[in-house]
Amino acid sequence: KNNVNIKEIGPGMAGADSDDSLYPIAVLIDELRNEDVQLRLNSIKKLSTIALALGVERTRTELLPFLTDTIYDEDEVLLALAEQLGNFTMLVGGPEYVHCLLPPLESLATVEETVVRDKAVESLRKISHEHSPVDLEVHFEPLVKRLASGDWFTSRTSACGLFSVCYPRVSSTVKAEIRQHFRTLCSDDTPMVRRAAASKLGEFAKVLELEYVKSDIISLFTALASDEQDSVRLLAVEAGVSIATLLPQEDLEALVMPTLRQAAEDKSWRVRYMVADKFSDLQKAVGPEITKNDLVPAFQNLLKDCEAEVRAAAANKVKEFCENLPEDSRETIIMTHILPCVKELVSDTNQHVKSALASVIMGLSTILGKDNTIEHLLPLFLAQLKDECPEVRLNIISNLDCVNEVIGIRQLSQSLLPAIVELAEDAKWRVRLAIIEYMPLLAGQLGVEFFDEKLNSLCMAWLVDHVYAIREAATCNLMKLVEKFGAEWAQNTIVPKVLGMANDPNYLHRMTTLFCINALSEVCGQEITTKHMLPVVFKMSNDQVANVRFNVAKSLQKIGPVLDSNCLQTEVKPVLEKLASDQDMDVKYFAQEAISGSSTGLFMEKQCALFPLSKKCFRDTWLPKCFVQLFTKQTILLFILTPNLPAEPSCSVYHHLLNLSLGSHI
Amino acid sequence: PLTKYVTAMSSASTTPPSVDKVDGFSRKSVRKAKQKRSQSSSQFRSQGKPIELTPLPLLKDVSAQEQPELFLKKLQQCCAVFDFMDTLSDLKMKEYKRSTLNELVDYVTVSRGYLTEQAYPEVVKMVSYNIFRTLPPSDSNEFDPEEDEPTLEASWPHLQLVYEFFIRFLESQEFQPSIAKKYIDQKFVLQLLELFDSEDPRERDYLKTVLHRIYGKFLGLRAFIRKQINNIFLRFVYETEHFNGVAELLEILGSIINGFALPLKAEHKQFLVKVLIPLHTVRSLSLFHAQLAYCIVQFLEKDPALTEPVIRGLLKFWPKTCSQKEVMYLGELEEILDVIEPTQFVKIQEPLFKQISKCVSSPHFQVAERALYYWNNEYIMSLIEENSNVILPIMFTSLYRISKEHWNPAIVALVYNVLKAFMEMNSTLFDELTSTYKSDRQREKKKEKEREELWKRLEDLELKRSLQSDGIIPT
Repeated sequence: KNNVNIKEIGPGMAGADSDDSLYPIAVLIDELRNEDVQLRLNSIKKLSTIALALGVERTRTELLPFLTDTIYDEDEVLLALAEQLGNFTMLVGGPEYVHCLLPPLESLATVEETVVRDKAVESLRKISHEHSPVDLEVHFEPLVKRLASGDWFTSRTSACGLFSVCYPRVSSTVKAEIRQHFRTLCSDDTPMVRRAAASKLGEFAKVLELEYVKSDIISLFTALASDEQDSVRLLAVEAGVSIATLLPQEDLEALVMPTLRQAAEDKSWRVRYMVADKFSDLQKAVGPEITKNDLVPAFQNLLKDCEAEVRAAAANKVKEFCENLPEDSRETIIMTHILPCVKELVSDTNQHVKSALASVIMGLSTILGKDNTIEHLLPLFLAQLKDECPEVRLNIISNLDCVNEVIGIRQLSQSLLPAIVELAEDAKWRVRLAIIEYMPLLAGQLGVEFFDEKLNSLCMAWLVDHVYAIREAATCNLMKLVEKFGAEWAQNTIVPKVLGMANDPNYLHRMTTLFCINALSEVCGQEITTKHMLPVVFKMSNDQVANVRFNVAKSLQKIGPVLDSNCLQTEVKPVLEKLASDQDMDVKYFAQEAISGSSTGLFMEKQCALFPLSKKCFRDTWLPKCFVQLFTKQTILLFILTPNLPAEPSCSVYHHLLNLSLGSHI
Repeated sequence: PLTKYVTAMSSASTTPPSVDKVDGFSRKSVRKAKQKRSQSSSQFRSQGKPIELTPLPLLKDVSAQEQPELFLKKLQQCCAVFDFMDTLSDLKMKEYKRSTLNELVDYVTVSRGYLTEQAYPEVVKMVSYNIFRTLPPSDSNEFDPEEDEPTLEASWPHLQLVYEFFIRFLESQEFQPSIAKKYIDQKFVLQLLELFDSEDPRERDYLKTVLHRIYGKFLGLRAFIRKQINNIFLRFVYETEHFNGVAELLEILGSIINGFALPLKAEHKQFLVKVLIPLHTVRSLSLFHAQLAYCIVQFLEKDPALTEPVIRGLLKFWPKTCSQKEVMYLGELEEILDVIEPTQFVKIQEPLFKQISKCVSSPHFQVAERALYYWNNEYIMSLIEENSNVILPIMFTSLYRISKEHWNPAIVALVYNVLKAFMEMNSTLFDELTSTYKSDRQREKKKEKEREELWKRLEDLELKRSLQSDGIIPT
């Protein structure tokens, strides 16, 4: 059908501008129909450009009908289409015509693939706000109704996400209809639809009048929370939290608490897990009184749950829960009800539980204060520092700053050291990587003396680790340490050892010297770099292994900015030139790059760039980045502000400018 | 030891680097010894009191009249569920229950006249108490059925006997579905289906038999069972990608499809197109692909008119990055082509061979090889021959290019054979395509260039518009 249309229209009619006649819709639509999925996808992603070429009217009358008809495509393409259409309002002529976008989006909202459908719903929600109240009732709401009573579950699922966006802006009769539709979907035959409804229940409750929350929503919530499928019940938990925030305090006990209590003791661990996971939100929603009477015992039960998954989720919330307890009884509740459970979790059989607890337990010290921390929490910290599972120890170490504020880190340092040493030598490289990342922080807290005595050797050992990621992190760690302890400290403790590795028989270790120099030259400053590091780098330019040699070239390029220009010209340049005639092609390449590489070379030709800049460009983030790069690369920029140019569009300067902006600098 | 190494190095800093003989990439991490099989169970752990069961006499030791009464009592005793994660608790009682269950299994197999009407609810209750439970969370965070060992059900010593008993009960000659349907209802079946997610393959195997028997004996539950399986699959495909019992459910479906009456109901066709075909998109396809392909072929043997939607569906979901899956798809397509009717073949040959032509030129040699094997299949060959005027032009470019470019010599050899076969089939067309190969390529290149220019112009246009809207260029 569309084909015929297109041929009749032919070239020369497009858009309002005479320039745009170059873009007949037939050609454009051919692009959208290309046999190659990748090309089709590219075209769809630039759909806005196509619409722009067509102009608003033809976009409405030709492009959109075509899109609606060709919905059968790869999901990847449909996803891109669903996303594009959400931003199409201006391209069809503004809010007045936004309803033209509904037909294609409606089809997309019935597709099987969840991501496509979700994206279509997202776009529909977005453009719903651009509808006038009249259009909303005439065009949008009927669409929601059609979806809600669709045959296949997909359209009903999509409908669930659309009620809340149109409800606030329609008349009361339509409102009643919407409520009725939502009610029907909550008791749908397919669990997929009930899940969708349950997940939108909280959102829908928020836009409803309070009387309907009490009359409608509560009964839906109760029904969904006792659904036969646990996947539905668990979604009701989250809705329950939202509903609780909407109701006045005096209604909570009667309307939501019985259901929530039941959820906390559900026979499915997934539901209990959900309760544990949402516990802080729940606590905020129900307020201090219910927290004291109901949530504390519920929380205790979750901490003692028979499934580790549930215990871990609850353990994660220990700190937040305690923090949000009403101040008047906080300490008593923690000491008598929560802490005993926490103590048991420290020796839990499951490592995920212990590590979840370890990630928050240190936070309790600020809540309980110095004395309680020393008496009750410190033994737990120490026990966890000795835990067999590295993740637990790591979590304790990574949160040391909380304790530091309350009792000072010295209390722990005796136990800390063995824990750190053991983690530093853990068989899993990810564990080693994690502990390295905390080194600068620990060094700062423990002080330079302690560090030199106990930790320095560890930091050096990481440099020769057999995993590259560790060696890399170790060099970065050195840089951060120098930032903390200063260049002089570096010269005395680190630099000699690093430079010593330049003679290692293992070329990987020799390269580590170069990587360290790259990282350290800037923080160590010109003097240390020129006097101590540069000679070693030069010496390594004769290395037998090509990898070392081309890393010398890279290093020289890297440390170049730290050196003075005399040194660059008389010392660095000859070495690079020698490397540029190396027999290995990679060495040659990197040496050449270092000398005059297109953007970062040390000795490159001065360049000139022309940039026509629109106001929009200034807002984009790429531009400042681009400037910084260009300035540091010693490029001269020439700005030409377009308003100063002759006004005729035919002016050749203007065409040049456009071409330039599409290309790179010259 | 590493620390020592570093200090040694710094003291030796004056010696020049020796010739590099040291292997920089020493492997220090050694794989841990295989862990022992993990066990888990989510029976709600009875906290506290040990369970006491009063020993009853053996059924064979009492008179025939007393047996039904004793049978019921034993069933009631077996409702007690023990904590198997605690290996030391209730040892005596666990053993007693095990022997009682064993006795019950034997009893329902050999006895006659034991199945009174009162027994039905008690049997179903006992089975429900024992097997229905929320399955425990998987041990490993991301359980990968292809890599990880499954977590085994700790209470298996009892559970197995309960399943065994239930199957014997369902298969017993005295079993009357008309009475049992009061107790084996939709809710029962729903819970049964949820158990198919069990990680323990032994349990899934029993469940398969149980569900199959129920489907066979309870006509009123059939539609319900199919619908629920439908829901499980849809959730699996579109929501979780996780369900352990897909292969088992498909196996049952395979035999169900076999029994569908003709013409197929719309419900069944919908199931094929909207559920079975999308199942191909799931990441863990390899775990149930054989069963899935069997179901598909069953459908096509029932109703050949479904061939076109099925093949189009497969082409729509064709894997783009996963070569392993691509090989599976090609295998399934061959199974379909084995039973395809020539009239159906003609309908889909174009899109189908466009895809096959892409597969043939895949840089992954297993994909290319699998596709080229089609030419060893006599039936497929005969179909190709009949339609060579359509298929040859589609295939030619890929084949011609691959014969010159593919890195794998085995593929090149296979391609030569295919080209030779085509030459013999239709030499006129073959010669024509060979002579126009170059000009066709040039035409394609030209088209490509035109496309690029079009987009360049479009982008210029967009830029101009944005400059205009900013008021930088005069309109």
